[in-house]
Amino acid sequence: MSIEISAKSITPIRLSYGNLIERFGDKRPPSRYQEAAYDVQPTANFHYRPLWDKNHEIYDTSRTAIVMEDWYSFADPRQYYYGTYTIARSKQQEVAEHNYAFVDKRDLLEELPDDIKQSVRDILIPLRHIEWGANMNNCQIDCMGYGSTICSVAMFNAMDRLGMAQYITRIGLLLDGNETTTLDAAKKDWMEGPQWQGLRHAVEDMFVLEDWFELMVAQNFVLDGLLFPLFWDRFERKLSKNGGGTIAMLTEFMPQWYSETVRWTNALAKVTAAESKENKELLSTWLNKWVSRLCEAIEPVAVEAFGPEGTSELAEVKEELLARLGKQGLTI
Amino acid sequence: MAAKKLNMRKRYELLTRGIGWETSYQKMDDVFPYDTFEGIKITDWDKWEDPFRLTMDAYWKFQAEKEKKLYAIIDSFAQNNGQTNLADASYLSAIKLFITGVTPLEYAAHHGFAHLGRHFRGEGARVACQMQAIDELRHAQTQIHTISHYNKHFTGLHDPFYQSDRVWYLSVPKSFGEDALSAGPFEFITSISFAFEYVLTNLLFVPFMSGAAYNGDMATTTFGFSAQSDESRHMTLGLEIIKFMLEQHEDNLPIIQGWIDKHFWRAYRVLALVSAMQDYMLTNTPMSWKEAWDIYFVENGGALFEDLGRYGLKMPKHHELATAEAEHLSHQVWSVFCALGNATGFHTFEPSDEKMDWLSEKYPNTFDKYYRPRFEHWKKQKEDGTFEYLASLPQLCQVCQIPMIFTEVKTDPMQLSFRNTKFKGDNYHFCSDGCKDIFENEPEKYVQAWLPVHQIFQGNCGGATIPEVLKWYKFEPEDGGDYFDSQDFRRWQEWHGKDEPAKTGSDN
Repeated sequence: MSIEISAKSITPIRLSYGNLIERFGDKRPPSRYQEAAYDVQPTANFHYRPLWDKNHEIYDTSRTAIVMEDWYSFADPRQYYYGTYTIARSKQQEVAEHNYAFVDKRDLLEELPDDIKQSVRDILIPLRHIEWGANMNNCQIDCMGYGSTICSVAMFNAMDRLGMAQYITRIGLLLDGNETTTLDAAKKDWMEGPQWQGLRHAVEDMFVLEDWFELMVAQNFVLDGLLFPLFWDRFERKLSKNGGGTIAMLTEFMPQWYSETVRWTNALAKVTAAESKENKELLSTWLNKWVSRLCEAIEPVAVEAFGPEGTSELAEVKEELLARLGKQGLTI
Repeated sequence: MAAKKLNMRKRYELLTRGIGWETSYQKMDDVFPYDTFEGIKITDWDKWEDPFRLTMDAYWKFQAEKEKKLYAIIDSFAQNNGQTNLADASYLSAIKLFITGVTPLEYAAHHGFAHLGRHFRGEGARVACQMQAIDELRHAQTQIHTISHYNKHFTGLHDPFYQSDRVWYLSVPKSFGEDALSAGPFEFITSISFAFEYVLTNLLFVPFMSGAAYNGDMATTTFGFSAQSDESRHMTLGLEIIKFMLEQHEDNLPIIQGWIDKHFWRAYRVLALVSAMQDYMLTNTPMSWKEAWDIYFVENGGALFEDLGRYGLKMPKHHELATAEAEHLSHQVWSVFCALGNATGFHTFEPSDEKMDWLSEKYPNTFDKYYRPRFEHWKKQKEDGTFEYLASLPQLCQVCQIPMIFTEVKTDPMQLSFRNTKFKGDNYHFCSDGCKDIFENEPEKYVQAWLPVHQIFQGNCGGATIPEVLKWYKFEPEDGGDYFDSQDFRRWQEWHGKDEPAKTGSDN
């Protein structure tokens, strides 16, 4: 038995917006994701060339060497539009907030062994600058990229990176009872510490990349694909094993975020590589360049974090990354 | 160790400053290549005061709450066929103008603020711009979702973004947005955040959102309330950036004054479309364009510029003309839409007798004298079956891209206002001194304009005849024309159990 409410039904004159009927047919109404993400960006009849870039239109497919017949071939497997995105992050931040309050209230960081605290200071806190760089790079992908499905995901990603930079900052503040000693030391390391210079150099080189899709590969495919498994997973586990489990409570957001985020980078890699031989070659060239550059840059930090095993930890992470991207059709 | 207590301001500062760094492997000027060519001098980005101190976790939390409420209401509206509770289906013309004219501007703003969010050198200013960038994306997407249900039941809402790139009157908002996007970052933010959002936003928001509330449009009203707190953050940013630039260096003042003059006039001309919507499309009108202009620009705007006077800033150039036009603007714009009503994606109609009386009351100096006779004449012609739409395409202003319909309101309101200038041997036409000034300051920019009527004549818009052009616009036959001849009207009558067309309608 079910309860029935009788309501007046009115036959609609159409099921959806025209662009979505053209793309997906009119058999069933499109999802909210499809409504929000597809074809929103202007594509034609631009009025004025940018004063800051007279060689391109405001939205221009030629800002990357990647060529797509349809820039809307990509769909975010997470189906994020603003509403689903903020609601998902809001749930994650609620857990994080609870954890930070718990750790703060019980002074749990005080209880940590000194060497663990120092490891956090040396390895994890400087990563906030990398997140800040990732924020800039994803903003760049949004404002130079093409197609509202790709650009809106880059926007969400940029804000996520700001959020993570802020979480890391809070760990720094918690370690020092809201003094900035740790943050200042981490910045000094980032600016001057020899172990970080390869990475900083690479990140700064990314800031001036002209091709936004190369930036996508360098930042979101490769750098994230190495750093997140290495530091927010393997290094975390090492800390936990040595009595630093509390830290994992404060950084739970990161591995969770990463395992969710690889779903869209995988999807993007796959459709772009499948489009043409030329795309595939280009992606491979970029992949090759950035994997070797970034592995080299990360190695000294990996060794600082893991000791001599750092090199093999990094090598394993690299293999995992290449295996995963290989499944999407990207090879070195 | 007892933790030091942090106040909000200090905490926010720690969470947003010092994360960035002075690059050394690449030059800062290469990392931030766009923030110097406009001539704005910033001596210390750290003087930037964040107008709203939102960390990302708080942002996610607040915004998710708003989204949950908004979507619950949108769903309920659709489930209960909320469209049948509108004051009248002719009100939908306003929504059609909104999704084709305003929603694409939200996406444009998203794009522009993302650009600033990457390319301003100051960390604090970047974060503020990123917040606005994601908010603007929100507005574009929630508007699409809010109006989706209407699209299922009414004409003219089916291809807003495709049409935004092509349709003759939609080039007015599109060219405004692209004017800002193609400018440097400081001009963009002066245009969008200050001239548009701070000075003029209520003139957009009130007619659409209060208009929705006055006409039983719960979906759009809910969107409006949900966006309100975002908008107040954006307005605050607008004021903050102006003060920041002015305080940084005295050389910035003339540059900023020039931008304010320009973008005030550009934005005001976009709002001309809104004035017609407010006075004519709304079945129940919360206030007239003239009343809104007097409150939101003359009074509030006047007080604002008085306050900004201490920085040396003056009221935008030609503001007196805008105020003088307030008694004419909506009537002139609605007239041209009615005359070209076969080429619009919304329905046009002459005002009802009741509406004409309301217009007489609100516009005692102008409506009966200049505009009532015109609408009564057309109404009679429609009754006699002799009405014909304009057969020729109007000439457009090179800058605002509105047909040349505005008149010399200060001297002879029946005399069309025509301005022109020569550049590199070609003659360019303008609707006003405001638009002419803008052109003459940057002729290389404005000669590039994609003018819809020129493009039609050049054969770039599907063909040489009106039906071919309308097909290229993806206008369906039932999208335009007189409301009382429309599918929207017939369905509305059916929903309300009325078989006979209403008396005000035409017979053809």
